[in-house]
Amino acid sequence: MPLLPRNWPLFWVVLTLLTLPILIGVIWLILTAIFDQVHGLFPAGPPDPENWRFLYEGSVGGRPPIWVALKNSAVFAFTVAALELLIASMAAYAISRMKFPFRTPYLGMILVLHAFPAVSLLIAIYYILRVMGLFDTLIGVILVKASLELPLGIWLMKGFFDHLSWDMEMAALVDGASRWLVFWKVALPLVRPGLLALGTFALLSAWGEFILPFTFIVSGKSWTLALYMQSFFREAFVDYGLLAAVGLFYALPVLILFLVGQRYLLNIYSGGVKG
Amino acid sequence: MTGTPLKLKNLTKRFGRVTAVEGINLEVQGGELVAFLGPSGCGKTTTLLMIAGIYRPTEGEIYFGDRRVDHLHPKDRDVGMVFQSYALYPHLTLFENIAFPLRLKRFSEAMIRERVQKTADLLGIGKILDRKPAQVSGGQQQRAALARALVKEPQVLLLDEPLSNLDTQIRLSARAEIRRLQQNLGVTSILVTHDQAEALAMADRVAVFSTGRLQQYDPPEVLYQSPKNTFVAGFVGSPPMNLIEGEFTADGFKRGAFQIPIPGAPIGKGWLGVRPEHLTLSAEGIPAKVMVVETLGREFLVVLDAHGVRLQALIPEGQKPAVNAEVRIKIPPERPHYFDAQGLRIGP
Repeated sequence: MPLLPRNWPLFWVVLTLLTLPILIGVIWLILTAIFDQVHGLFPAGPPDPENWRFLYEGSVGGRPPIWVALKNSAVFAFTVAALELLIASMAAYAISRMKFPFRTPYLGMILVLHAFPAVSLLIAIYYILRVMGLFDTLIGVILVKASLELPLGIWLMKGFFDHLSWDMEMAALVDGASRWLVFWKVALPLVRPGLLALGTFALLSAWGEFILPFTFIVSGKSWTLALYMQSFFREAFVDYGLLAAVGLFYALPVLILFLVGQRYLLNIYSGGVKG
Repeated sequence: MTGTPLKLKNLTKRFGRVTAVEGINLEVQGGELVAFLGPSGCGKTTTLLMIAGIYRPTEGEIYFGDRRVDHLHPKDRDVGMVFQSYALYPHLTLFENIAFPLRLKRFSEAMIRERVQKTADLLGIGKILDRKPAQVSGGQQQRAALARALVKEPQVLLLDEPLSNLDTQIRLSARAEIRRLQQNLGVTSILVTHDQAEALAMADRVAVFSTGRLQQYDPPEVLYQSPKNTFVAGFVGSPPMNLIEGEFTADGFKRGAFQIPIPGAPIGKGWLGVRPEHLTLSAEGIPAKVMVVETLGREFLVVLDAHGVRLQALIPEGQKPAVNAEVRIKIPPERPHYFDAQGLRIGP
């Protein structure tokens, strides 16, 4: 725990100033979600529960119910995170621990893939999804999102596996474990901090994902919350109170997850394994 | 329990172009404790890992009893191993650490409880089994690692520098304790160490390794009394044997102005070896100058310069010479070791 710097009030002021633009945005969002009208940052008029009518009215303006979008977002985020954890940890273990042909080019390719802008692949992916019959399905977008996130996940997990001592794995082998059991019972539990970090990271990233569902999902029944929100901008008259309320509703789970998971996220950059 | 004999036949391991271990032939009797002794990089740990099944030998065979095991996966070999780092699983309690090999063998829960408790009690850690490795001392971790290796009652116990991470005081008691336990259980054991005192103290027989080859394989006292070559002579014993390169002539041993008459010595170029404890200060003998005097407690280690030849001598209490003093040293004629120009022992 570092001590506070001697002139910490100054730091406080500087940090507040730097954060101010975002802070004002959040304050606007909260105020607009609560009150009928907001001028600048000042509420005009009484609190308006109508802003939250999407919660109890079923369908707002011909949209699917928000609960459908919430469910889709949750399924999307959790499935992407689960797939990423499963595949990234196994791939990273193999890269970190095993010798196989083309290991080094493979590693380089993962890096390149990670750096590749996903947007430039959209049209190609569209064709592939069409051919596979996965266009306009949640599964299709899940697969796309998971594969685009995998390179980062693999690199990250490889870092964690690289830190494990060989002795521990040799001990498990001598104790009678197969290679698979060594991975499952010894290596994986020891990179738990990495799994939690990657899991949180993947969840947040998938929850906020917009461009992929926007491109590959058409029908309302597969909408995620991001698409639900975006649909407001397509209207001639934008109900800002409603929009802000939906926005707050969309952001809430992320805030909670971040509060719970930030400890693990910080681990990504330290990457150590301590018993 | 009589223990399983172990046999290594022409065991060789190459990593790419580097030969780590070459042509090791060695037999360990059932219940024997054999030490693999050598400096780091000599191939002793590589050999151990081949016995454990972590490394696959490039050539050669390994037998446990009559069973050939070199092609088997470690889990099918029935060995227990203690690592230098202990390699306990930090996410498991000591109980689960020790139970790990039994769980993999699908023992019943009651059986696991009984075996773990019995083994842990034997090693004096029966009361701290609910703790994680990070919460116990180094000595207790070492015992836990030993318990994990012993709990499945392996045919062969492998110990890879198990004592080197312990404090000096605990190390001596742990040494005796491991030896006692090993003898009581009668389990065939191999101890890898770079500490010659540890090897001499614990082992029935010691295999000295250097540059991937087996140099000598004998009981400790034979190793000490008749080293087969200059490497073993210089490595075993502390302080090490004085090894002087020179020439044996009819008049005795010569190196420049340094000359000692040795009756019955061989003729030709070679090495003269004298243990420091066999050198004595006396009224006559070779003149030498005292360079350094170190107090070892019961005796003094004296570094001498005799005509340009540096000698180490262990001098008993009461005879401490002063630094820079001119003294005379004597080599008892029955004590020296002779080696030929290649460093191989001449004579018995």
